[in-house]
Amino acid sequence: MRLDLTHIQRWIEPGSRVLDLGCGNGEFLQRLAKERQVRGLGLEIDPDKITNAVSRGLDIVEQDMDAGLGNFPDQSFDTVVMAHALQAVHYPDRVLEEMLRIGRQGIVTFPNFAHWRCRLYLGSRGRMPVSRFMPYNWYDTPNIHFCTVTDFEALCEERGIRILARDMVGNTPRRPLLASAWPNLFAVTAIYLISR
Amino acid sequence: MKTSTVGIVAPQRARFDEPLTLACGRVLASYELVYETYGTLNSTRSNAVLVCHALSGHHHAAGYHRADDRKPGWWDECIGPGKPIDTNHFFVVSLNNLGGCHGSTGPVSINPENGAPWGPDFPSLRVRDWVHSQARLADLLGIDCWAAVVGGSLGGMQAMRWALLYPQRLRHCVVIASALRLSAQNIAFNEIARQAIQSDPDFAEGHYLTHNTLPAKGLALARMVGHITYLSDDAMANKFGRDLRSGSLELGEEEIAEFQVQSYLRYQGSQFSGSFDANTYILMTQALDFFDLAREYGDDPVAAFRTAQCSFLVLSFSTDWRFSPGRSREIVDALIAADRPVTYAEIEADEGHDAFLMPIPRYLALFTAYMQRVRGNC
Repeated sequence: MRLDLTHIQRWIEPGSRVLDLGCGNGEFLQRLAKERQVRGLGLEIDPDKITNAVSRGLDIVEQDMDAGLGNFPDQSFDTVVMAHALQAVHYPDRVLEEMLRIGRQGIVTFPNFAHWRCRLYLGSRGRMPVSRFMPYNWYDTPNIHFCTVTDFEALCEERGIRILARDMVGNTPRRPLLASAWPNLFAVTAIYLISR
Repeated sequence: MKTSTVGIVAPQRARFDEPLTLACGRVLASYELVYETYGTLNSTRSNAVLVCHALSGHHHAAGYHRADDRKPGWWDECIGPGKPIDTNHFFVVSLNNLGGCHGSTGPVSINPENGAPWGPDFPSLRVRDWVHSQARLADLLGIDCWAAVVGGSLGGMQAMRWALLYPQRLRHCVVIASALRLSAQNIAFNEIARQAIQSDPDFAEGHYLTHNTLPAKGLALARMVGHITYLSDDAMANKFGRDLRSGSLELGEEEIAEFQVQSYLRYQGSQFSGSFDANTYILMTQALDFFDLAREYGDDPVAAFRTAQCSFLVLSFSTDWRFSPGRSREIVDALIAADRPVTYAEIEADEGHDAFLMPIPRYLALFTAYMQRVRGNC
């Protein structure tokens, strides 16, 4: 279980309805179903991940977020989760708006591109960072819309999206002090609970 | 005979003497259904799966009737030990629908009122009539609740109708390459098929059995048209391309060239006309045309599906243009809006509508994964 998913769990009410955008192999939904008794639905486009998730007993719909989410009625879910996919969609702002149209609240996690290691890599080498967390070359990557903690909060401000809570995960997850105090510099992963 | 098969199977026959009032208002005083079963019903009778057949299908879905049969049942790829509908765990029931021509009461049966074949006088049927008659078969077999009702194409329509008419009697509904209702284009193709049959002089207004004729040409033509809609452009290109069977396209050649696809279609047509009944084909295509899942729910499929209580698996195939992925998405979107549990995938496949009968690895893997979940609920 990825650490950012562990953080998310406490924001989800037991027995509620959860939509997971880009649910992968369904690991998170399965855990929510078991520990929080949620009624979950996952969206995924990777065939093998879909089969894997279905074999866990989950409901999965093959659907590309970039093609729109208009088939989901307004406020039809309690929580809409999008873990580490914001940077991979064509129109992140539209997806955020859609998340909050479909769900009462949204949970978003993304890699913070302003982390000091990224800055150092870009600043010293003058090249797009490639690391264990972001193992892709710029020309062949699913991550087409990297943003920073500050960028994300600015977008929320601009769109009237309320940030109900945030969690910052740093390099040393057990000692989150630096990441909490200076998130835009020390957070590797940013986690937000948002609503209208 | 391949291994991993249910082996030699024998059809069974059930007779129903309680009158069945049909959707058209007419009453069938009694009728028979021919069916096969594969696997073993468990002690709690909770592992039964109903397989609903498509337009030209029948009860023989898996295994062989004789050891020297050339081909197994029509859905042998998906039914058997270790297959998606795993007969090591499920008790599978597959019947020939009412109105069929493979042993169940239909246009080729004798009308007890006059001792002659029903022919064109057999009552018009709707999908719901099949569902009601299947429910009586379930009663007879002691199955209160199906673990799953499964069907492709017209079979998927029966499965969806089950979910609305008998919401307490199925836990899962598997709808493959199907649609909420036919489009104008679908109906148009069916009409060409019916016209082909009806314009054959040997059709004799449907009374060919008493006239000792057979509208073989018309039925073959109907099948040829239908068959094209089951295949994709890709599938036909891969299988035949522009290959010639005879003649040449060289300049100066007098012999008319014949393409492989021409003789293939004619072969399919003549095979079919030798094994299927023309009145049944008309009846089945009409049942397809008339099917409209949401009609009596204010034309709102969301309202219709709110009646359902089961979980759904919906599958489509990328090159299916008869019931395209878009048609399956209509089903899925209505289920999402109705807040029903649904799993959906669009399987990449070249084979068009017929893909639902083919051993496509992703299709079998996903179907298997879902059926394992069905097992978990048994």
